[in-house]
Amino acid sequence: MPFYVAPEQLMEDRADYARKGIARGRSLIGLTYEEGILIVAENASNTLRKVSEIYDRIAFAGVGKYNEFDQLRIAGVRHADLKGYSFSREDVDARSLANQYAQMLGQIFTHEMKPMEVEILVAEIGLSEDPSSSQLFHILYDGTVKDHSDYAVLGGDAEVIFERFADSYTENLTLASGIQSAINALAGPDRVLEPDDLEVAELSHVNGRRSFRRIEGEELSGLMPS
Amino acid sequence: MLKNSLNHTFKRAVSSRSIVTPDTISRVTLPRFTPEQDPGPNFLALIDDVGIQKTVESSLIDDLPHGTTCVAIKYDSGVILAGDRRATSGHHISHRTMEKVFPADNHSGIAIAGAAGPALEMVRLFQLQLEHYEKVEGKSLSLDGKANQLSQMIRQNLPQALQGLAVIPLFAGFDLRLTLGRLFQFDVTGGRYEEANFAATGSGSVHATTVIKMGFTEQLDESEAINLAANAIFEAADEDSATGGPDLIRDVYPIIAKITSDGYEAISNADISAVFGSIIDNRRSRISGGD
Repeated sequence: MPFYVAPEQLMEDRADYARKGIARGRSLIGLTYEEGILIVAENASNTLRKVSEIYDRIAFAGVGKYNEFDQLRIAGVRHADLKGYSFSREDVDARSLANQYAQMLGQIFTHEMKPMEVEILVAEIGLSEDPSSSQLFHILYDGTVKDHSDYAVLGGDAEVIFERFADSYTENLTLASGIQSAINALAGPDRVLEPDDLEVAELSHVNGRRSFRRIEGEELSGLMPS
Repeated sequence: MLKNSLNHTFKRAVSSRSIVTPDTISRVTLPRFTPEQDPGPNFLALIDDVGIQKTVESSLIDDLPHGTTCVAIKYDSGVILAGDRRATSGHHISHRTMEKVFPADNHSGIAIAGAAGPALEMVRLFQLQLEHYEKVEGKSLSLDGKANQLSQMIRQNLPQALQGLAVIPLFAGFDLRLTLGRLFQFDVTGGRYEEANFAATGSGSVHATTVIKMGFTEQLDESEAINLAANAIFEAADEDSATGGPDLIRDVYPIIAKITSDGYEAISNADISAVFGSIIDNRRSRISGGD
C-alpha cells in the first residue's frame, strides 16, 4: 500500500474506473424532433429499462450499470412527485432535477469508495409546444452537467456515434426520420439493429399531460430504417 | 371516550425511517434511502418519511362544505360515474361548480362525497399514489390493488371521520385483465364492497338509488346509462337540499364520465346539457303545480 497518492492520480483512477464500467454497456441518443424529444437506446432487454418517465414533461435515460442508474431514476421520480405535491405540477423542472443529480453524483465521486458507473440524461419538453423550449441535460459520473438543445449521445462509444449522428441531424426532424437517423448512428456501418435490440420513447405534447410514451412493437417495426 | 381512544390508536408514530429529516427541506431534494428503509413505490409512505404532514388534526368542525350525490352504473362497455356540483355549509350553498368526479388514472375514476377539503386532498393523494406506483414499478396497479389502496386511505381518515370529516368515495374502473367494468363502494371505516350493477353515495344517495333501481337492466348501452345516471342525480337534487341539479342560469351541469377499455373520458358539457334538457321537458309535460 502506498502511503501517499496524489489527488490528481486518485481522481484520474476513479474516472478511469467509471469510464470502463460505462464503456461495457450500449449507448443511447436523445434528440429534439418536430414534436418534442425522442430517446433511442440500444437495449437488448425488454424488462430492464434504460429510458423511463419521471414526470409530466420529463424523461430519464441512463447508460452504464443498471442498478445504479435505476436507483437514480427512482430518486428522480420521488423528487418530482414530492415537489409537484408540495408546490404545483408546473414547478417541477428538469434543470433543478439535473442539478440535484449532479450534486449527488459529484458527492459520490469524491467521497465514496467507488464512483457510480453511469451517465444519465434528463430530458424535458417546455410548457409551450415550441420545439426550441426542449432541453437535454447530460450528467456524467463525476457530476459534470452539459446542457444541449439539439441532441446528446451517452455511453461508451459516444464520440464515434456523436460524429455519425451529427452528419444526419437537422432541426425539426419527423418522428420516423429522427428514429432512423438515431438507429443508423447507433448501429454504425457494420451492424444492423432489430426492433428487439432497441428501446425508443418520446416526450410530446400530443400525448396530453403525461407526455411520455414508449414507441414499441409494431409501431417501432414500421418506423425502422429500410 | 370512544373518540379519544380511536384517535389515539390511529395516530401514526413519528417516523424515524428516513435518512433525510424534515428540517432540511428534504421534500425538494433527491430523497435517498438505504435498502431496508426504502419506501418502495408507496407515495404515502414516502411523504410520511420526508416529513410532509398529510393529515389535518381538527376538532371544531361544524360548517364545512358537505353533501353530494354521486352514482356509478355499469353498462355494456364499462362504467358511468356521475356527481352533482353543489357544496353546502349547513344551510348555505358554498360552491356551485365543485367537481366531485375525477379520473384516478387512465382506466379508473373516483367520485367523492363528504367533507370537501379532506375529500379533495384524498383524491389528489390517491391519484398521485397510483401514478407514483406506475412510474416507480413500470406498470399500473391492478384494479383490485387500486381499490385496496383507497380503502386503506379511508381507514386512515377514520379519526377525522369521527370528528365529522368523513369521506366516502365511489371507485370505478375498467379491469384490463378481466376486460370488464367494475365498481366499488366504501364505508367510513375503509370497508370495501364491490357492487355488481350500480352504487350511490352522499346525502341524496337514497333517492338516486331508487331511480337507478327502477331503470336498471343488464347490458344498458352508453346513452341509456348516461340517461339513467342523469335522472338519478336529477331526482336526488329534487328531494335533497344538499344536492345540486342542473343549473340552467349558469350553464353548470352535473359531471358525467365514462370508463371503458379506451380509458376515462368525461362527457362534454354540451352532451350533458342536452340530456338534462330532455329530462326537464319530460318532467314539465307530466307535472303541473303541486309536487
